[in-house]
This record gives sequence, structure tokens and C-alpha cells, in this order.
Amino acid sequence: MNFERFTTDEMMTVAAARELAGSASCFVGIGLPSTAANLARSHHAKGLVLVYESGTIGAKPTQLPLSIGDGELAESADLVVSVPEIFNYWLQPGRIDVGMLGAAQVDRFGNLNSTVIGTYDRPAVRLPGSGGAPEIATACPRVIVVMRQSKKSFVNELDFRTTVGFADGFGGRAKLGLPGDGPQTIITDIGIFRPDPKTSEMTVSELHPGRTIEEIRGATGWDVKMSEMVSTTPEPTDVELLLLRNLIGDISSATEAKA
Amino acid sequence: MAAIVSLESAVATYVHDGDSVALEGFTHLIPFAAGHEIIRQRRRNLCLIRLTPDLIYDQMIGAGCAQKLTFSWGGNPGIGSLHRFRDAVERGWPGPLELDEHSHAGLTNRYVAGASGVPFAILRGYAGTDLPAHSSTIATVTCPFTQERLAAVPALRPTVSIIHAQQADLNGNVRLWGITGVQKEAVLAARYSIVTVEEIVDRFENDRNATILPSWIVSAVVHAPGGCHPSYASGYSQRDNEYYEAWDAISRDRESFERWLEQYIYGEEPR
Repeated sequence: MNFERFTTDEMMTVAAARELAGSASCFVGIGLPSTAANLARSHHAKGLVLVYESGTIGAKPTQLPLSIGDGELAESADLVVSVPEIFNYWLQPGRIDVGMLGAAQVDRFGNLNSTVIGTYDRPAVRLPGSGGAPEIATACPRVIVVMRQSKKSFVNELDFRTTVGFADGFGGRAKLGLPGDGPQTIITDIGIFRPDPKTSEMTVSELHPGRTIEEIRGATGWDVKMSEMVSTTPEPTDVELLLLRNLIGDISSATEAKA
Repeated sequence: MAAIVSLESAVATYVHDGDSVALEGFTHLIPFAAGHEIIRQRRRNLCLIRLTPDLIYDQMIGAGCAQKLTFSWGGNPGIGSLHRFRDAVERGWPGPLELDEHSHAGLTNRYVAGASGVPFAILRGYAGTDLPAHSSTIATVTCPFTQERLAAVPALRPTVSIIHAQQADLNGNVRLWGITGVQKEAVLAARYSIVTVEEIVDRFENDRNATILPSWIVSAVVHAPGGCHPSYASGYSQRDNEYYEAWDAISRDRESFERWLEQYIYGEEPR
């Protein structure tokens, strides 16, 4: 295998896009989730309805948007609704199949932090905060998390719980009255985690080509478990890579500014 | 009836030190010109309210206008941090900033309650998160019919809400289309409202659904073409993504931000 064909970010995005096969609609966060959802729509999920929190339902952008409210999202949408309507009428009743989210930190039960690093009152780093994520993770039947992985981001204990995955473990969502099934997949640049059916702990189920168990252990802040059969993610195809690179072309300058 | 006035006059009349002020616009139609006029008139101790503080509140916070921020997502969309917001929260510069933090759904419903004239709104949210422990504006209620536990959030009632729209007619009726955000609720929740517009037309032809506010509910209408730059007005302009990228460097340190303030805000004539 020739791993120079693709970057670790490309592998992660392609794997995330594949997870959307068979879904009818996806509530999309900006950044990696938006890239993956748009790749899915251009490749194997052509009918996938993309919903952005700006109220654009059925957006069909030809280039990746920089923000959730870019003009092309509204111009290409099936309909555009107000912000109260998108959250109250569309998201809250569970009408959108999948929510795709990123975060700064995740823990073993798929809970997410996008609020602060350090303490809330005296943060070392003040992050943007909740946005739409908490209610997306509450209401969508299924949640997919896409994040680059390191010991700083895959932590034993979150600095702040912004968004609930499985809370304190198996049955945690039911106790809190959360209707959706919670995070079914975490896709990283190293591999893929899925919840253990008995404990709801996020467990390694796939490794990307060329990645090792030692590597994923070294980039996880808890004593990470492997599922019984850890398989290898299929490499991105030439078509997937071409479509992804076409999508990303236009926002490369923006992502460089972020780095 | 809305009076059609200058921006300088509208801000002088309706925005005072210590007021709670909402400048709304969800990525689209953000009222930047009005925010800049508030900075220019050196308003202080404002309680600023906005779902996404965006560059406009980064600028107002850095300029020292705010004592409190009610918000739900404080980043530069697609770019990264709001550095002036972070400097205020992390290091108290130019002064301490009190936070009243929500999710988008929670804050949106606070506007809906304010617009509806009821004291609070309910939603299925916040359960299991750390936010309620750091907030005096998130509680839980039990549904009297099903006994389900739900989140309750109090109504927002800004002193003044300011929005930017595509058009007003000569009577001051307001048309706004595209991504409509939470502007209608923000105006209806507030005691006073200022609407800046791209264009004033004689009168609106049919297309009643694009008219979101009648003249008699709006305090002042201001002709401010381009008044939402670097955000955009569908049908009039494109989002200036390069400006959003450039802001990252301008806002990163206090000196370059203050140079920007002198050159582009205090050095400019009011509209």
C-alpha cells in the first residue's frame, strides 16, 4: 500500500463521509463535519439532505462554505427557515437523522467539550461554546463525531461537559431523558471508535491503513479498549480523493489562517 | 410609525450607557455600521446580547463598550477564535466581562419568550451538561401534563434591538429575506428597535411574506447601504470572507486592534 496517496486528514474525512451512507438527513456543524457531509452528498449519498443551523434545509453548495450562513447555502437550499424554527420545529422533534459534530475534547463516553480549557471562571483557553451542539446531540437519533486525535483532545476527564454523549455510561442518556441514541461513531485521523454495546464506552473498532494499536493508545488519555475484531479502514478511492480535493480547494486559505 | 433618521441620531436617541442591547443577524445581515456608531459614540457598560458575537461584538468588547455578554457561540466562523472576546474573558482586558451563556436553542427561545410576552420558554436541552451550574438563567420545570422534565429559560427583553435588512419603504415597513435568523423575535422582544437598510423604496409591491415587520412596531429606520459589511445582504452583497480571515491577525494583539479602531472607527465620519 502507498500511504502517500492521501493525508491523515483526508482518510478521516473520507471515513466520516462513508458513515453517512443510508442516512436521509444530516445536521451539519462547520469545519470537518461540513467537509465530510458535502463529500458524502457528492459521492455515495446524493439525496442526503444537509441542514445547517442558519436555517438552510437541503443546502447543495458546490464549494465548501466558510461559515454556516454563507450565501450559497441559502441560495441552493430547498427552503430557508428562521433560527427559532430550525431548532424548535426541525431539530427538537428528531426529524433530522444524524448530527455530525466536532469538539475540542471528548471522553470515553463520547461527551464533548467546546466551552473552556481550564476552569469556567478562569479559563486558560476560552473556546467558542455550545452553539447548536448540545441540542443536536440530544435530539438527533444518531450522532457522529469527527475530531483529530491526541492525548490533549481524547481526555480521561473533560474540563467542561458542553454536550452529552452517554453521560456517565450505559443507560446515562435514558436517565437524563435524552431521546436520541447518542454517539454511534467517533472518527479520528488514526481510527474509528464505536460504543461497546454493554458499557457504552467508546472502543476502537477500526484502524486507518498503516496505523497501529500502539499509536491509538498513545493518543488516547484513558485506558482505551479494543473491540474483539479491529479491522482496517479501506483506503480512500481515487474518486473519493478527487471529489474531496475539489471541495476543499476553495477554503484552503481559510484553514491555513486557523492553523 | 418608524421615523427615518440618520444612524448617528438613532444611536444617540435609543442606545444609552448601561442598556441591554441586541444586535442580531445570523451570519447574514449583521448590523456592523450600527455597532461601529455605538463604538464611535463611546457607549459604556452595555449588556450585549447576540447568539454569535461574531466580529461585531469582538470589536465592541475590545473598544470597551460592554460589561456583560449574553451569547451562545463566540468564534470567528470557519477561522477560529474571537481574540478580543478571549482577551476580555481570559485576562479582563479592557475590563472584566460577565458572561450569561447558553446554547443556540436556549438563547433563541429566550427571544421567543420575550417576543411572545411570557416570562419564560421551555425546551428539551441542557440536561447532563455543565452549563446550568454556571448560569442563573437555566432551570428545569416539570410538564404538568406528561411529567417530563424540561429546561426553562427566562424571556429576554432588550432595551433596544438593532438589525439590518434589505429594504424599508417610505412608511418604514421592513422587508428582509434569505437567512432570517432571529431578528424578528429580537425586535419584538425589545422596547425600542433600530433597523438599518440597504435601500429605501417608495412602496412594496406584492410579496407579503418578505415584509417581516410593520412600520408601527419599529422605532427608527436608517438608510445605511453596505451597513452589514463584512457580513452580507442577500441580493445586494457577498460575504467578505477575506475580511473575516484578516480580522484574525488584526485582533490578535491589543496594539494592532487599537490602531484599527483609530483608523477605521474613530477616524471615520459618522453616517
